Amino acid sequence: MSEQFEPVIIGFTCNWCSYRAADLAGTARMKYAPNVRLIRLMCSGRLDPTFIMKALAGGADGVLITGCHPGECHYIEQNYKALRRYLLLRRVLKGMGIAPERVKLVWASAAEGTKLTNEINTFVEEVRALGPLGWNKKLAGNGHVVEELAAEEVAA
Amino acid sequence: MSKPKFAMYWSGSCGGCEIAVINIHEKILDVDANFDIAFWPVAMDAKVKDVEALEDGAILLTLWNGSIRNEENEHMAHLLRKKSKILVAFGSCATEGCIPGLANLAPLHEIFDVAFHTISTDNPQGIHPQPVTKVPEGEISIPVMKDRVYTLAQVVDVDYYMPGCPPESHQIAAVIDLVIQVLQGKAELPPKGSVIGAGGSTVCEECPRKRGVKTIKAFHRIQEVAPVDPDICLLEQGVPCNGPATRSGCDARCPNVGAQCIGCYGPAEGVIDYGARLVTAFASVIDATEPEEIERILDGIPDPTGQFYRFNLADSLFRASASSFKKNGQSPAKASGA
Amino acid sequence: MERITIDPITRLEGHGKIDIFLDGNGDVANSYFQIPELRGFERFCVGRPVEEMPLLTNRICGVCPEAHHMAGVKAADAVYNVDPPRTAKMLRELLYMAFYATDHTTHFYALAGPDFIVGPDAPVAERNILGVIHKVGLEIGGKVIQMRKFGHRTVEMIGGRKVHPASAIPGGVTKILSEEERKEIEEMGRWAIDFALFSLQAFNDIVLSNKTYLDLIVGDVYTHKTYYMGLVDENNKVNFYDGKVRVVDPDGKEFCKYAPHEYMNHIAEHVEPWTYLKFPYLKNVGWKGFVDGKDSGVYMATPLSRLNAADGMATPLAQEQYEKMYATLGGKPVHQRLAIHWARLIELLYAAEHWVELATDPEITSPNVHKKPTGIPTEGVGIVEAPRGTLTHHYWTDEKGLLTKVNLIVGTTNNYAPIQMSTKKAAQSLIKGGKVSEGLLNMVEMAFRAYDPCFGCATHALPGQMPLEITIHNSDGEVKEVLKR
Repeated sequence: MSEQFEPVIIGFTCNWCSYRAADLAGTARMKYAPNVRLIRLMCSGRLDPTFIMKALAGGADGVLITGCHPGECHYIEQNYKALRRYLLLRRVLKGMGIAPERVKLVWASAAEGTKLTNEINTFVEEVRALGPLGWNKKLAGNGHVVEELAAEEVAA
Repeated sequence: MSKPKFAMYWSGSCGGCEIAVINIHEKILDVDANFDIAFWPVAMDAKVKDVEALEDGAILLTLWNGSIRNEENEHMAHLLRKKSKILVAFGSCATEGCIPGLANLAPLHEIFDVAFHTISTDNPQGIHPQPVTKVPEGEISIPVMKDRVYTLAQVVDVDYYMPGCPPESHQIAAVIDLVIQVLQGKAELPPKGSVIGAGGSTVCEECPRKRGVKTIKAFHRIQEVAPVDPDICLLEQGVPCNGPATRSGCDARCPNVGAQCIGCYGPAEGVIDYGARLVTAFASVIDATEPEEIERILDGIPDPTGQFYRFNLADSLFRASASSFKKNGQSPAKASGA
Repeated sequence: MERITIDPITRLEGHGKIDIFLDGNGDVANSYFQIPELRGFERFCVGRPVEEMPLLTNRICGVCPEAHHMAGVKAADAVYNVDPPRTAKMLRELLYMAFYATDHTTHFYALAGPDFIVGPDAPVAERNILGVIHKVGLEIGGKVIQMRKFGHRTVEMIGGRKVHPASAIPGGVTKILSEEERKEIEEMGRWAIDFALFSLQAFNDIVLSNKTYLDLIVGDVYTHKTYYMGLVDENNKVNFYDGKVRVVDPDGKEFCKYAPHEYMNHIAEHVEPWTYLKFPYLKNVGWKGFVDGKDSGVYMATPLSRLNAADGMATPLAQEQYEKMYATLGGKPVHQRLAIHWARLIELLYAAEHWVELATDPEITSPNVHKKPTGIPTEGVGIVEAPRGTLTHHYWTDEKGLLTKVNLIVGTTNNYAPIQMSTKKAAQSLIKGGKVSEGLLNMVEMAFRAYDPCFGCATHALPGQMPLEITIHNSDGEVKEVLKR
């Protein structure tokens, strides 16, 4: 019997809304999948797309970004920056042959512990369905031409 | 007392870096006065065997331009690393893969599938070049291509990096002056691993155009708006200019003639992934908050992969697209020729 | 079988190696000129916006990026079916003429020069630009540098950069030329005309007046009778930037003449497994192998080809020189490959004359430099003459103008079969009975150097009293001689 693939997901959560929601979920003993490793940022607007790329290139299978609802950003408008970066980044990922669905942006307020739990669980299943990305393994190959070309091989 | 040895080698490059060196004009005399040119295939008749015959470390300074595209490039990289005291990754190909690094967007065999089956190619047997071919007289070989483009530093230890496609000649002249001063004991080499011959800021700093607050409602392709207003920032006029993330040192020559910066000087100081930095820069200036509106504005950049990784793909965090990692070598021929 | 490998070949642009096989008698059985590199532009340009092609294809060659820039932008114009304003076309062509003058200069003086000026089998240590200067004097070095400075300065003023220009876009160019810039460009162009005349005189004094060299040029070792290709204007005069492609047969008769979009009816490319580069040939004659003659589809595209394929030069001084060359060499067409060096200097003169013609045209400073494309982008072909030969860019795009397919036939590629043939013939003629020397091998290399205008090496400007020390090494790296001045 094969082991189920357990996605590794990095979750960038903004301090003011979604991190508090995660806290709330924790204290209310709401179960959410352990696949998501949370990293707290002061604001979703702090999210440099480099973080997402580093996570994926480093072995993560998915990245979840959570921030305050539009209009509720603690720093006024920075969650819109996160939104714009996210939308542009998805296009770049697509161009790299990486399913853009591996990166997801979710709005959650401090009171929405249940919502956040559900979003996390849903995302884990979505990434599980996509399968492992394994980018760090791809990069570890030493790049030499792998096989001797046998006479009976045909062109791909 | 013999002069220290100098070498310049090209590896899968276009020759532009060599021209840029020649374009220091009279200053080439200073190179000749201070060095013995031991190996420079474009100009001198020394051969590979002459390099192999040298002692390790016999060459004081080697400028290497070009990326590592095939196994011969890699072999020469190891050879020249061994024979050189100072190895400089010279130009965009060597430092970050440059435009031929875009080959990393597809599996290697597709290069062959396309090149040897173009509309004008007469190849009914589907012949692809082979590493070794048996001809009536014996066997002849051509280098095997690596699965993707690598930068110099990804295969050997590099002492300094000089960015640019090609590095501008005034920067090359400045570096030569520095090296000569070092030889004369009047200056010290910068710390190993430094970027030389370039600035520490972005192209925007050198660009003469006026910069105001950017509120982009649309991105335009250059042919839709040319000639642009000569005084105002290109990005503000909606032309996707890569200046904000690109290292300074070139004097912003392209914006000077009304063309957008395409990023040939590589990432600015402190940038980990060039494309990611541009995603941030462009996203920050878009003036929209609704997803549909944002997507509409982003449609104005029809090729984000190329826009953001034109020169830098081989050195980006991802290095290549997913499809290019497919396990495959050069595609075999259906029938070997001759 | 004994094998001699020349690796790498030197004093040219690009990589290559030559494998020569000797039979039991020590004579050359065969020789293979292999290109060991492939980068894949035809694949990775797919998906890129068409307006970027003049920028991306610059990087095919940093010695003649201007050629790709122009072929690329003309193909992009065709993709949009847009006809740029006259001023834009003139600015592109002016940049191109300045580039041509520079490129031909550096090839003649720094690459070809050593073989003629110092001698084809002179010691390795002398067979480079340093040896040239030692032989003919420091003044010439200074002139060569000046020509390159002027040419590149002009390219930079119009194109933004000296290497990999940026100003050509579909519909025109991005920059208006100021009157101040125009004046400077005109002055530099006039100087270039004088320099071209000087170079032709130098060729006459150093090469044509030397019996050994003249014999080399007109002799059989470096001679092949093939078809010849070049771009011509509506008067069948040589034109580098625009016109129709004309091909003449080995007897000099017009074989075909086609517009850029018709190239597919005339050109095909042959593949061999022992090299990464393909061999173009004339489709309507057919591929018969690496052989000369009217029945073989092999053709050449070089300065000499252009002069053979045309009826004359479009500027007066160049026309004079054109007539003189053919009178000296016995009429058209000329088949001796070393005569390419002479033809190259005649083209240098034409480029300089046309440079001044364009720089003094009243509309060159007009602000009307761009016409916005309005058509739906589809497909287009752009052809120019690169210094090495006819350059063809063919693009197919989707409705957004992103490339879906690319076909490129690059200058030197046209000459790959002739180069293979020339080096083999030179090897067979020169290497006999197993007697091989470094000088003989260099004479084999001379066979390809005539075709491929690379760029300069360490050209030196030595104005007047500047101290100079030249260290000359033998091939073991030992100091042979130190010259001081």
